[in-house]
Amino acid sequence: MAGFVQQLVEGLGAGAIYASLALALVLIYQFTGIVNFAQGELAMFSTFIAWQFTHAGLPFWLALILTLAISFGGGMLIERVLIRPVEGAPELTLVIVTLGLFILVNAAAGWIWSFLIKDFPNPFPSGAFKAGGVSLGHSTLGVLGVVAAVMGLLYLLFRYTKIGLAMRAVAANPGSARLVGIRTSGVLALGWGLAALVGAVSGVLVAPVLFLEPNMMGGVLVYAFAAATLGGFDSPAGAVLGGLIVGVAETLAGAYVGTIGSDLKIGVPLAIILGVLLVRPQGLFGRAAVERA
Amino acid sequence: MSDESLRFRRFPRFPARLPVGGHVGRWRWAVAVLLVLPAVAAPFQLAPFRVFQLTMVLVYTVALLGLNLLVGHAGQISLGHGGFFALGSYTAAIMLDRWDVPYLLTLPAAMAVTFVLGFALGVPALRLRGLYLALVTMTIAIFLVPLLKRFSSLTGGSMGLTLSRPSPPAWTSLAEDQWLYLVVLAVTAALSLAVVWLLRSRVGRALHAVRDNEAAAEVMGVRLARYKTLTFAWSAMLAGAAGAMNTWVIAFVSPDSFTANLSIILLAGIVVGGLGSLAGPLLGGVFVLYVPTLSQGVNDAAPGVVFGLLIILVMYAAPTGLAGLAGRAGRVIEQVRRKK
Repeated sequence: MAGFVQQLVEGLGAGAIYASLALALVLIYQFTGIVNFAQGELAMFSTFIAWQFTHAGLPFWLALILTLAISFGGGMLIERVLIRPVEGAPELTLVIVTLGLFILVNAAAGWIWSFLIKDFPNPFPSGAFKAGGVSLGHSTLGVLGVVAAVMGLLYLLFRYTKIGLAMRAVAANPGSARLVGIRTSGVLALGWGLAALVGAVSGVLVAPVLFLEPNMMGGVLVYAFAAATLGGFDSPAGAVLGGLIVGVAETLAGAYVGTIGSDLKIGVPLAIILGVLLVRPQGLFGRAAVERA
Repeated sequence: MSDESLRFRRFPRFPARLPVGGHVGRWRWAVAVLLVLPAVAAPFQLAPFRVFQLTMVLVYTVALLGLNLLVGHAGQISLGHGGFFALGSYTAAIMLDRWDVPYLLTLPAAMAVTFVLGFALGVPALRLRGLYLALVTMTIAIFLVPLLKRFSSLTGGSMGLTLSRPSPPAWTSLAEDQWLYLVVLAVTAALSLAVVWLLRSRVGRALHAVRDNEAAAEVMGVRLARYKTLTFAWSAMLAGAAGAMNTWVIAFVSPDSFTANLSIILLAGIVVGGLGSLAGPLLGGVFVLYVPTLSQGVNDAAPGVVFGLLIILVMYAAPTGLAGLAGRAGRVIEQVRRKK
């Protein structure tokens, strides 16, 4: 039993990281209708920036704040420069542009920082709380805490600020939002900035576990896709819950289903994506799209 | 398709329609004949390494032919064609490694395997539009790598399988690379003609109707489910054929040559080459092979940077790809000539 609870705890820790990247995906999807395939790579790039700062001798938390600020600005810049020109283009064009961004950012990181694995400092102490045979690592707890804090701040932003209200209006109906005087294009850029910021958090959290290298986020992105699909691409809360479920499912499957083991764990998000799309394509909390042909 | 419509719709639903018949058609045949002569003569004029490169261009051309059918003509996105390519490669490699079958037989076998798998995957894929299809196919391609490593008794695991290249029949007195080039050229030509024929038939018209407006196509009596599933299967089959030929040419397969990046690069290739055009796959094949070869000297990461930038630039500046640019240039020349 203790072993099971232990796996559960570890699954939640992994799931929190997937949840934050899924949240970044959902943020962009809500505002622009784009699934940003480059989200994981942007997070990886942000993590490299954080690594550069700590490498230069800055304390970790200061480096993190600087990184988040840069990511936010960078996300807005990408929206302005890369996405704006193809706004309203067919889905295929948008997917291909974000894939181009994926390849570009991945290669750029490899060019700047090389493809060698780098050690990323773990911001949390290494000990663990022990109770009844279950050990809850400080870093797991830290990851859960940080992700919860990010969600909380986003919730406050969307629920209680004027900007948040404007953003929700644009997500709900861009045309009407524009008519009541909201600068839609500014809001879209803000959405990309926020998504890059949240993604950066997931990158920084995952880097001590996976080691930092340009292909670090490839696998995490698949889990985040599964999380967003499960929760519903238009539901931030769903994405978070989806992330936790995916994390737990992955850990349990790896631990208890012998044939899966650690190498085939990537099949778990695949099964989840396929299953959800076949049974309930809009996800647990998503709205089914109604379309006028 | 006039130039005006291109100018006013910033983003034409690519691809531009196939011009059939008329002076453009005749001009096209002339170009085709002009291409065939050097294509056949090439292996006798070039160094073996160049011949090898050209053979690989043709291999990628076949894979892109399949991707073009799906993305360019049926309007569905696949990020998993690297997976089908890998499957075709492994089917051929395992047949050669285990049973020592004549290598030419591995081509239909690889095509059959990928067709069946493509069909099986096409059934759920039907229900997935756009983004979701891209997601699922990408995940499948990623999943394939650890799967290949797992079944190591058959696939050789991470080490892969090393084979010997097929040798030319004695009567030809050709070198290995020349013979392989000609075989691959023949297969590429045959498959290209089959695709052209398919697109000019009612199937092609049905596909274009589905791409341009699903609801309208359905009302006109096009069976969406059947055409989408079949297109996915055909497309997978062509990628599988390319994979089998890849095994002949490289004589080595390993899971790490088929990472998710291969799928993305293939999609990049067809986008840059020109979606929905006849020349697109060939131009894309040239792009996929030569961009890494030419830029690798600069830096390990340079091919990625060039790929990424070009994909984005093509999407902004020339959504119909290199083939579209060539077509536009052709029309401009035509106009200038007529004015004189």
